[in-house]
Amino acid sequence: MSRSQIVLWTTFVLVGLSIYFLVPTVRWYRMPVSERTDYEQQKDPILGKILNLGLDLRGGTHLILELDRSKLDPKININDALDRAIEIIRNRVDQFGVAEPMIARQGDRWIVVQLPGIKDPERAKELIGKTALLEFRLVDDSGALATFSSALAAKKMTVMQFLAQQKAETLSPEIAKLLPKGLEVIPNRETHYLMVHSPAALTGATLVDAKVQFGQGDMGGFPSVGIEFNPEGAKLFGQVTEANVNKQLAIVLDGMVQSAPVIRSAIPDGHAIIEGNFSAEEAKLLSTVLRAGALPAPVRVIEERTVGPTLGEDSIKAGVRSSLIGLFLVILFMVIYYRSSGLIADLAMLINMLFIFGVMACLHATVTLPGIAGTILSLAMAVDANVLILERVREELQAGKSVRLAIDLGYKHAWPAIIDGHVTNLISAGLLFQFGTGPIKGFAVTLFWGVLISIFTAVFFTHMVYDYWFSGTDAPELNF
Amino acid sequence: MQLFKKTNIDFIGKRYYAFAFSAVLLLSGIVSLVVKGGPKLGIDFTGGTLVQLGFQTVVPMSELRVALAQKGYPDAELQDFQTEKSVIIRVPKSEKSATVLGEELTEAVRSQFVGSAPIVQRAESVGPAVGRALTNQALSAIIWATILIIIYVGFRFRSTLWGVCSIAALLHDVLSVVGIFSIMNKEISVTVVAGILTLAGYSMNDTIVIYDRMRENIRLSKKETLAEIINRSVNETLSRTIMTSMTVAITVLVLFLFGGSVIHDFAFALLWGVFVGSYSSIFVAAPIIYEWQARRDRKRAVAIAKGVRPGPVLKR
Repeated sequence: MSRSQIVLWTTFVLVGLSIYFLVPTVRWYRMPVSERTDYEQQKDPILGKILNLGLDLRGGTHLILELDRSKLDPKININDALDRAIEIIRNRVDQFGVAEPMIARQGDRWIVVQLPGIKDPERAKELIGKTALLEFRLVDDSGALATFSSALAAKKMTVMQFLAQQKAETLSPEIAKLLPKGLEVIPNRETHYLMVHSPAALTGATLVDAKVQFGQGDMGGFPSVGIEFNPEGAKLFGQVTEANVNKQLAIVLDGMVQSAPVIRSAIPDGHAIIEGNFSAEEAKLLSTVLRAGALPAPVRVIEERTVGPTLGEDSIKAGVRSSLIGLFLVILFMVIYYRSSGLIADLAMLINMLFIFGVMACLHATVTLPGIAGTILSLAMAVDANVLILERVREELQAGKSVRLAIDLGYKHAWPAIIDGHVTNLISAGLLFQFGTGPIKGFAVTLFWGVLISIFTAVFFTHMVYDYWFSGTDAPELNF
Repeated sequence: MQLFKKTNIDFIGKRYYAFAFSAVLLLSGIVSLVVKGGPKLGIDFTGGTLVQLGFQTVVPMSELRVALAQKGYPDAELQDFQTEKSVIIRVPKSEKSATVLGEELTEAVRSQFVGSAPIVQRAESVGPAVGRALTNQALSAIIWATILIIIYVGFRFRSTLWGVCSIAALLHDVLSVVGIFSIMNKEISVTVVAGILTLAGYSMNDTIVIYDRMRENIRLSKKETLAEIINRSVNETLSRTIMTSMTVAITVLVLFLFGGSVIHDFAFALLWGVFVGSYSSIFVAAPIIYEWQARRDRKRAVAIAKGVRPGPVLKR
């Protein structure tokens, strides 16, 4: 295969891939808002395939939390403590009902929390900062749940609605009365719920450890979770289990049922095994949540950024509009200045843009305003490469070379300058990515890929177009 | 279309004018930096709180400033975006969280300016520790970028001379941007740092294109003097330099004018960077290569006269 053919097929493959990766994004943003909300609630896999808009564009709250090391148990490793804190915070944010939250570590003591669409950061902070409560609650087995739900049904209400109203504190006393004394309805992770006894049989304060185990108990070979209490907790746990054999004991974290295993026998030594139809992944999650229990140390908010939805919308409009105007002017300018060869350069620039968004969608990156700026800048680099080439071609033509030869020489002579310019920009983009955070990182990612792609589209792609142009026997004249 | 036929401008001959211009540009920036005690850093670096309020009506800045001072914010700084009817209010080293401050400021404005209907569009508070970490990160990025670029250029041009001169031109551009920000009392935020690093990349690219042509012409030409070669190289690349600067300037100008408040200072840094970057490639980067080499040539002549083995030359 000749070089031109390789470039041609690479272009086809890359265009195909870019379109493939961009299809979910296009589908997503053409959906009506209500439909998108449905998908978000169902945690549809499409969410992992679309280009997300950054908080600066869609509005939302960004927090950086610091774990108070001075209050941390010296026996706990800081890395472990951060992982535990993140797991707890994620659990709480899930309850908050945020679509696509981002919770990640930053550095060796900070946690970044991004809550798109949340305009009330005070509530979010309160939710995240409060101490988690881990409880063990006996599940009611007297059939009270069935009685309760049919009583609710008589009032034209579902248990889920009851729970929602209870949470929002809008429950009418008349309905509240239907719940038997000493019992509570608690939701679990799925859209389901359990009737449990109140107060809690045991809290998590005495839990020492939780681990995933394999091949123990009746469910040999299947993952289970082993838990361990301190002596005080072990004593209490022994009493509870002894008195309630064959009943379900619900593990409740922050008011949500994590698991509700059946007590098989009295467990006096404080070492219990929670069995269930777990996958290894689920068992690991449960053990993390159990170990996590309460935040290992208090967290402080050290950075808080909220972008209101109107500013977000305005930013999108302003960003998109100015990008399009800029792009249009550059396209126009190139065509006026270089005519048909300017058109080829413009085509290369548009393909470049398609590739950048394709890569971003493939990486499931977040589009921020500085990211858009990075894109524009890398497109400017691509245009510069073509200007360098076309100016060289003009020089060669003025020196009396044939068009065909002038093009080849133009590419050859412009190459060192193009590659040096691009590499220096790759260096700064790489370092910005390495050291930058948040918006700068978004900028660096788009600049990095944009510059890399620019070498391909502005040099190899356009050269290929010229090759094919002149491969015909009676190729029409090109203008430079 | 062609804007430039063959030009034949004597850039080397006019270098002292350029040096004088650059000296004024840089010195005014440096003086401003010294007088004001360093660059004005945004809350991203120093910590503090920022609230952007949007209004229904245009609220006069001076009255807003007075109103805020009465409410106990005498050191609040205002930046105004007439087109968006919004104002950015910065309160340095505030212990209050962004949300609380946002509510207080909204209240202060609402009670003073009836009908303005202020809403909090953006509220940010950054703790000093985050700012310190960010400053260190930015410094590390800049230092490493400089080192790696000198190494790369030195490797590509097989001489430290080109690498060091290109970094000198780069520092010229970065310093002039930091200077102009100081003179205009604009503050340097994380996005502005991103802008400065971008212009560094752009300016570097611009310089390298001209150096590349000089290197090529030095290799090919036997008869011309160094001044003639440099002049010819700059003239040959002039139409490209201006073409590219124009296309970049167009996009950046549009961003600056219509990109909105979030990206405004970023675009300003880039816009200034495009102009100063192109200027410095032609009027700074090329002449300093000449100055340096002329000095080397003189040393070489002295060495030859004394019968000592001469040092390296640029031609090869």
